Amino acid sequence: MAQPINDNAVTNATLDVQAIRERFPILHQEVNGKPLVYFDNAATNQKPDTVIESLDNYYRKDNSNIHRGAHTLADRATAEYEDTRKALKDFVNANEAEEIIFTRGTTEGINLVVQTYGRMVLAQGDEVIISAMEHHSNIVPWQMLCEERGAILKVIPITDEGEIIMEEYLKLLSPKTKIVATCHASNALGTVNPVEEIIAHAHKAGAKVLIDGAQSCAHLPLDVQALDVDFFVGSAHKMYGPTGTGFLYGKRELLEAMPPFMGGGEMIKEVTFEKTTYNDIPYKFEPGTPNIGDVIAFKKAVDFINETGKETIAAHEEALLAYATEKISAIKGVTIVGQATHKVGVLSFVIDNLHHFDVGMMLDAKGVAVRTGHHCTQPLMARFGLEGTVRASFAVYNTKDEVDTLIEGVERLAKLANR
Amino acid sequence: MSLNKVQDQIVDEFSLLGDDRESTIFYIMELGQKLPALAEEHMTEQNLIKGCQSKVWLTADLDGNRINFKADSNTDITKGLISLLIRVLDGRTPDEILSAELTFIEKIGMGGIIGSQRSNGLTAMIKQMKLYALAYKTKLAQKA
Repeated sequence: MAQPINDNAVTNATLDVQAIRERFPILHQEVNGKPLVYFDNAATNQKPDTVIESLDNYYRKDNSNIHRGAHTLADRATAEYEDTRKALKDFVNANEAEEIIFTRGTTEGINLVVQTYGRMVLAQGDEVIISAMEHHSNIVPWQMLCEERGAILKVIPITDEGEIIMEEYLKLLSPKTKIVATCHASNALGTVNPVEEIIAHAHKAGAKVLIDGAQSCAHLPLDVQALDVDFFVGSAHKMYGPTGTGFLYGKRELLEAMPPFMGGGEMIKEVTFEKTTYNDIPYKFEPGTPNIGDVIAFKKAVDFINETGKETIAAHEEALLAYATEKISAIKGVTIVGQATHKVGVLSFVIDNLHHFDVGMMLDAKGVAVRTGHHCTQPLMARFGLEGTVRASFAVYNTKDEVDTLIEGVERLAKLANR
Repeated sequence: MSLNKVQDQIVDEFSLLGDDRESTIFYIMELGQKLPALAEEHMTEQNLIKGCQSKVWLTADLDGNRINFKADSNTDITKGLISLLIRVLDGRTPDEILSAELTFIEKIGMGGIIGSQRSNGLTAMIKQMKLYALAYKTKLAQKA
């Protein structure tokens, strides 16, 4: 883990946090009479000026339907929409842009794979493996399909620190395993999973792998070819981009073999009342008018991450996490939930004798926005015997001073609850 | 003390806290911590108030022609909120409770303090207290 940071403005040679903050208009406001401290980044992060300007520009100048328009605006919108696909291809290092499908977000990406590839391969008695730290969106769709197909959903257990137990995973793998689906990083604990190993073992067993990248896209290096992952999903809004759009990466041969997800519009080649032939990938999976303006603005988010440098972002967040972890560990009556060796910038904790709702509300009164509750990971909370936690999650624009404000609030609350 | 006098008292106490939301919520939380816990046997599904984000258990007993309320919650802030309602409505007759206009809630700017989700919960608590009053009013009328 990186060293605790000492300087607020510059955490390393290349990152000027104050300059970055200038690019996020939403951060410059008071909430409940206090300067806003936004630590709910794992739920959604804030958007830089270029993303906001892109949305504004699209609706002012380029708004048009794409792909089939015979006019200039349609041409411009189409080109920009496809530019985002190319940017994402480079971002995840896909082999070709056609392997990137636009979705409404991570959840839709997972559901797309479940309803197409999943339906195609899963039969009675087959098995799907997920981990104990999955978000509901990587549990429920598989559960639904398994129920329908008479297949079995198996769960990789985790340690008290919040790490996958690899030996247990290996025991679960068998020729019956058709799909392994895990998160790259846990939204509730911050744990970064050894996805490379998980994928390699799954492949040896003959299974395909879906990685939920919702919490990793903006923080961890991504190379789908090096990982040899079969499916990878992410959301724009957790990558400094707009809500309502995201992407699914899939290997070409898999995407081509899969049936369409939804019918209509862009996904057809030819329709007669007798039979419809389907379009090529990626369009086969993109029916109807997509979320054009947001997809276009998504590219500006990818550009922002690339320009800032993912390593720089990660180092900054890691330093904030290390500092916050050290400070919060010292407070009596506070327990950190999730102490994996390798984490993204997520700090989940509970305060003795204090409900997480109350902590969230008290911190909000200080202007500090955190998430409280089960974080859509109820089985994981049950694993730790908790109803929920308080979660502070960090982004590139957060500062050490902001962590101090959080710590001050937590200290006061812990004292109040445990006097 | 009259019901409205108690409400005035609460408004005065909150006005001392000024506009600082943090101090106000801390105060509500402290009120919650001071409210005696409900006996374990009353913390049942039946006594749970529907419509609250947090868990709130409420019981009501008739003492002569007056209603005694007891309540608990799994969160201190919610417990603080219901302690305010109890302070105003406890030991009142069903008619007093049914006709009570709980003006203190708006006067102390509760909506702004606790947000919309908890405001809905507060409304659910008031509704439940009034339902108890109505039930006991009917019961008393039958006795008479």
